[in-house]
Amino acid sequence: MKLFSYTVIALFSFSFSVSAQKDFQKKYQSQLILAEDGAVIELPEGTFTLTNTLSLEGKKKITIRGKGIDKTILSFKGQTDGAEGLRVSDCENILLEGFTVEDAKGDAIKTMHVKNISFNKVKVTWLGTPGPENGGYGFYPVQCEGVTIDHCVAIGASDAGIYVGQSKDIIVKNSVAYHNVAGIEIENSLRADVYENESYENTGGVLVFDLPNLVQKKGGQIKVHNNNIHDNNFPNFAPKGNIVAMVQTGTGILILATKGLDIYQNKIVNNQTTSTGIISYYTTGKLIKDEAYDPFPSAISIHDNLYERKPGLPVGTDALSAIVTRKFKDNTPHIFFDGIKNPKLLDEKGNWIAGQCISIVNNQNQSIATLDAQNQFKGMGRADDSFKCVN
Amino acid sequence: MLRNTTIAIVLFVLAGSFIKPSMHAYPEKLSDWGIFDGKISDMHPAKGVVPYALNTPLYTDYAEKARFVRLPKGASVNYASENVLDFPVGTLLVKSFYYSADFRHPGIDKNIIETRILVHETAGWKAMTYVWNETQTDAELEIAGDDKTVKFIDKAGQQQSFRYVVPNQNQCKGCHNNNDKIMPIGPSVAQLNGTLAYASGKQNQIEYWQSNGLLVNVPQHSTIPKTPVWNDPSTGSLNARARAYLAINCAHCHRKEGPAQTSGLFLPESENETIAYGVNKTPIAAGNGSGGRLVDIKPGDANASIIWYRMQTTNPGERMPELGRNLVHQEGVTLIKEWIDKMNNKD
Repeated sequence: MKLFSYTVIALFSFSFSVSAQKDFQKKYQSQLILAEDGAVIELPEGTFTLTNTLSLEGKKKITIRGKGIDKTILSFKGQTDGAEGLRVSDCENILLEGFTVEDAKGDAIKTMHVKNISFNKVKVTWLGTPGPENGGYGFYPVQCEGVTIDHCVAIGASDAGIYVGQSKDIIVKNSVAYHNVAGIEIENSLRADVYENESYENTGGVLVFDLPNLVQKKGGQIKVHNNNIHDNNFPNFAPKGNIVAMVQTGTGILILATKGLDIYQNKIVNNQTTSTGIISYYTTGKLIKDEAYDPFPSAISIHDNLYERKPGLPVGTDALSAIVTRKFKDNTPHIFFDGIKNPKLLDEKGNWIAGQCISIVNNQNQSIATLDAQNQFKGMGRADDSFKCVN
Repeated sequence: MLRNTTIAIVLFVLAGSFIKPSMHAYPEKLSDWGIFDGKISDMHPAKGVVPYALNTPLYTDYAEKARFVRLPKGASVNYASENVLDFPVGTLLVKSFYYSADFRHPGIDKNIIETRILVHETAGWKAMTYVWNETQTDAELEIAGDDKTVKFIDKAGQQQSFRYVVPNQNQCKGCHNNNDKIMPIGPSVAQLNGTLAYASGKQNQIEYWQSNGLLVNVPQHSTIPKTPVWNDPSTGSLNARARAYLAINCAHCHRKEGPAQTSGLFLPESENETIAYGVNKTPIAAGNGSGGRLVDIKPGDANASIIWYRMQTTNPGERMPELGRNLVHQEGVTLIKEWIDKMNNKD
């Protein structure tokens, strides 16, 4: 009899907690649906288990505010529906503040078609050992105008912890990203200012990419400065097929086909394979079928950064790392350019025309190699003095 | 156990009662719309309400669907050869999702889960859903979504049990979205160009709509496009049926005006660029949804194609479509697999 009553109590509390969770989901989802423009949705302190995406749609001037990082925790560990934890779409002037999103089955926080989206003191994380089953993106504003990510934390994303794609007018600052494949990634985006962040122990610290076949074709006017980008030697755990799966373990900054970048005053330290790489889309080996796409990087200035690395061989396990290691052994240069230039941007002597140059000057411990990727790496070698603009 | 379930339900209902949303403009109960005559669960259309069906419908967890349209009195729709018909303001589109107890005997012992309504207002389309009560005497407006355990015996005689998810109001727009405006997905003339059993007998729907004044400016019938029936090879080639299946199941998001435009994967039947509909296309933000595959469609090899992978997984972060698919559509997966496996690798 006693055993029986314990069982009843146990089952009762189980039912209660399932019901309470469902209550939380319904209560806050209803609030988000019914919120009048200008509303502030306050999330209480505690850990709340959600089974479905929480979504905000078609609203203006809404704040969703928790009691702080790791004080208000939205756990999606048992998520059964929805492809992201939190989703905001077709909105204006949205502030997300003071909460943690854990273990979303897909992306943690996706915001699409939002004009002015701010993340302040928000953490997204996947608990446990980082692996390919983790969601792709932590912070995922896409096709937004006016993005601010400030004092945020991203851990464990199987693609990028902080990702801004196909967006305009972006600030990423004071934020921390670790144990992601890419710490911070800016993709096909215009006017981004990425500064005073710490990106460490990812596969790659900061990526700036332009990819083909997208609606917003071209990124540019991007500044990456005063960041601490260090120890990004985490083995790549991205599911194959994703572009970040080709990022070399040990990458500090990687620039893919982007134009118009200023990279300065960063500490780029102990990224053991490629402190900074500059490559065209051709070097990814992927097919290009997009006539409007420009696969070449150009108009890049890298200056006044600090480069350091520990002694030893590169840590990348991919084919390119193997080629580089064979060539340079434990004397790997910090900066690599694949050597593929847009022929339309060169003068008759083969120099960049004015304003299109890749300039690498005044960096502490600067050392540069050209990969000669277009000739199967045959001409790979040091090119320390080839990145001063002559026009 | 029964007692606990009851307690849970009571708590749930209590919780629900004080957070009951108010949607001022719309009836709280489905019966208040006056869509059905007689016993509501028979879904017998009232006067002016016309049932319709699509040649290749959207798959939703094996749910059977009963669709109805109600135009404003005296109103009609202009014929359009492409896209969803431009229904006049005041139109109601109604869709009930139900399960027959035994799929080998469809229509008997139906369990109606929800009835979704799209109403065309001056300011645009509005979407809402009504969740049916256990006794099937009515359905209540539910904006925050719900889930229900659904049981049925499938066509192979196997007992199936799963969690059916009623979308919340925001999720309606996850699919019904054209440049951030809510839009119907299904009823185009091509999709309606098929036979339906009316109370008056079997008839082609376009003819029926035309003869009843619902559809005007209809051209010669031989010129009207016709969506093939995805699982009927007599209605179209493998390619045509696969493209029709992908169009109705995916293209509401995966097109240039849809929420999945960010992916660059476009699946309307009218998309002719092979890379745009996935052939040898690398993913953009698939994340774990890539399943380790390199391209959306690898001609000749469905197993190596992300589209196939995402159709046959039930992980919510990986599966496609994102919503309304807790159960794999085995027959749909088979169709797409065959299509990809037989595709020529020349692109």
